[in-house]
Amino acid sequence: MAEAVSTERVAANTNYATAIREALFAGAISFGLFVLLVGLKTDQNIRNELILVQRWGVLAILVLLTMAGRFAYVAYLQPTLAARAAARAKAPAVAVEPSALRKNWTKLAVLGLFLYPVVIVALVGLQGSLKWVDNFGIQILIYVMLAWGLNIVVGLAGLLDLGYVAFYAVGAYSYALLASEFGWSFWILLPAAGMMAAFWGVILGFPVLRLRGDYLAIVTLAFGEIIRLVIINWREVTNGSAGISGIPKVTFFGIFNFDVSSPHYIGKVLGIATSGAYYKIFLYYLILLLAMLTAFVTIRLRRMPVGRAWEALREDEIACRSLGINTTTTKLTAFATGAMFGGFAGSFFAARQGFVSPESFVFLESAIILAIVVLGGMGSLAGIAVAAVVMIGGTEILREMQFLKAVFGDGFTPELYRMLLFGLAMVIVMVWKPRGFVGSREPTAFLHERKAVSASFTKEGHG
Amino acid sequence: MASRALLDVRGVETYYGNIRALNGVNVAVNEGEIVALIGANGAGKSTLMMTIFGAPRARTGTITFGGNDITSLPTHEIARLRIAQSPEGRRIFPRMTVLENLQMGASLDNLKHFDEDAEKVFQLFPRLKERLSQRGGTLSGGEQQMLSIARALMARPKLLLLDEPSLGLAPLIVKQIFDAIRELNEKQGLTVFLVEQNAFGALKLATRGYVMVNGNVTMSGTGKELLANPEVRAAYLEGGRH
Repeated sequence: MAEAVSTERVAANTNYATAIREALFAGAISFGLFVLLVGLKTDQNIRNELILVQRWGVLAILVLLTMAGRFAYVAYLQPTLAARAAARAKAPAVAVEPSALRKNWTKLAVLGLFLYPVVIVALVGLQGSLKWVDNFGIQILIYVMLAWGLNIVVGLAGLLDLGYVAFYAVGAYSYALLASEFGWSFWILLPAAGMMAAFWGVILGFPVLRLRGDYLAIVTLAFGEIIRLVIINWREVTNGSAGISGIPKVTFFGIFNFDVSSPHYIGKVLGIATSGAYYKIFLYYLILLLAMLTAFVTIRLRRMPVGRAWEALREDEIACRSLGINTTTTKLTAFATGAMFGGFAGSFFAARQGFVSPESFVFLESAIILAIVVLGGMGSLAGIAVAAVVMIGGTEILREMQFLKAVFGDGFTPELYRMLLFGLAMVIVMVWKPRGFVGSREPTAFLHERKAVSASFTKEGHG
Repeated sequence: MASRALLDVRGVETYYGNIRALNGVNVAVNEGEIVALIGANGAGKSTLMMTIFGAPRARTGTITFGGNDITSLPTHEIARLRIAQSPEGRRIFPRMTVLENLQMGASLDNLKHFDEDAEKVFQLFPRLKERLSQRGGTLSGGEQQMLSIARALMARPKLLLLDEPSLGLAPLIVKQIFDAIRELNEKQGLTVFLVEQNAFGALKLATRGYVMVNGNVTMSGTGKELLANPEVRAAYLEGGRH
């Protein structure tokens, strides 16, 4: 007995020793990394001379945080995780009946999304709701919709598209130009913009039919840039990099609108106070419906021959062809469908901003949308939605973190660190869930009952 | 004789870039036959199989199927003439379930005969029915081969092309698969064209056989003739019965 206790104590001691050693290592590495990046900062003084600002305090905080984190991980978290894994290996596998909450998860989430503006208005009032509905609600839902659209191309059909933002741009400019030039309604131009984007999806699809993987990625990346450069340089039509402003707002099916000076302003029609929040709340429900349309179409298509062909195409193109599937039309429909939803989102974006310029359609946008799809788990709608909430919501929350200025000094602007957030999320998800947040693919055909197989059982290709 | 052939390959030459892989190959498969094509690694067996399916395309020569010239048809249209293939390496869809794999096989007819055909396939390979909701990639090698053949059968083919169905499988499973091929041929009258390295098993099963060396067909005859042929024995069989 006494012996057992002493060995345990020895184990704990060596554990702490390793943890301290690892912490020192981590500290040294982070010091090496940050000494030039954080410790020294170039700045201009009053005479426009370049000076070096030394920030040893911030550097020390970062290094200490790294060391503390590493120490805690090695000394406490790792043994706990190992013990839990061992316990799980010992315990017999039991099929757990999913709880009611889990079964109706989707319905609850949709209900929550519909109630969100109501709750926000009730909590912080009409004027206070602006920020929450617009920055968090609408902004996140736009990205959810874009990522769901891209998911059709990347997640289902397996065609890596790095230029998705091009279709977003086509949709946005279609609405912006046609609405401000001819004064057509959003409800006519929304399908028109979608069709226009789908058309460009097919145009992109044709030359890249024979390409796969990295080659396809490069060509689609170039396509995205070409569209942006055309927008910048075709000044007579697009007004170049100055962009188009004064894009008409969406009306409520022509019954009333959100223009304060108009006789059909919602406040006058319904006899309520003037507020900018009505339009935002209306836009929130609009993008929510558009995103749900995307999800609905995706779910339906997956069960139809074309959707199944997309997924089969992702798995094995040669096998597909030998089963009599026309891979040309299959790829083109994937590009066109994905692009169409990009176009819808684009025209919504133009109507919401009231202003579009090429600045909004840079490669970074494509990268963010793709990152959301990958993080969420390619093909999984729920996973992608969660990833969009984390990534875009996280970015918005960084804006709210002004109190960090107290820690890092006045020059600290938290929203500049959003890329750091992306990187961190990528690393965390890829280490713990290499197939994305929701890695298991939901089967689309059942004989008797639904049975999902966890992703951990699906190592590809080997028997 | 040649005009009655279901599949007729005449003087076909196929190139990979500048390298000639097939050297004027003549092969015929008649309705109701099992025809085996045997040969060593790199002889061009799989190339012939893929050339029949139009990828890669034959540079010279003609391939006809049921009287139609299919030499320059795109692969998916060749498949629509009811030629089905279980390709080399099986090529099942790994993340899709067994059921979904079978549905993909039946997509030509838009699942019209699915239930009926699936029942037939399950009689042939009962194991697949047990694995119905499992992902293709989690099956064993033998089960994947069964699935690959089953998926091909779901298209109601007139001609079934099998590329090395015994590759990497245990002898017992190989026997099961060969038995299934024989049963398909005898009971349903399915025409089968089979490429194999397992010469003994394939020739025992086959009505007729061809031997391929370096892109040429060097010998042909009934399965029994080839099994008895001393040259064939020396080159492909004496290494040990599989």
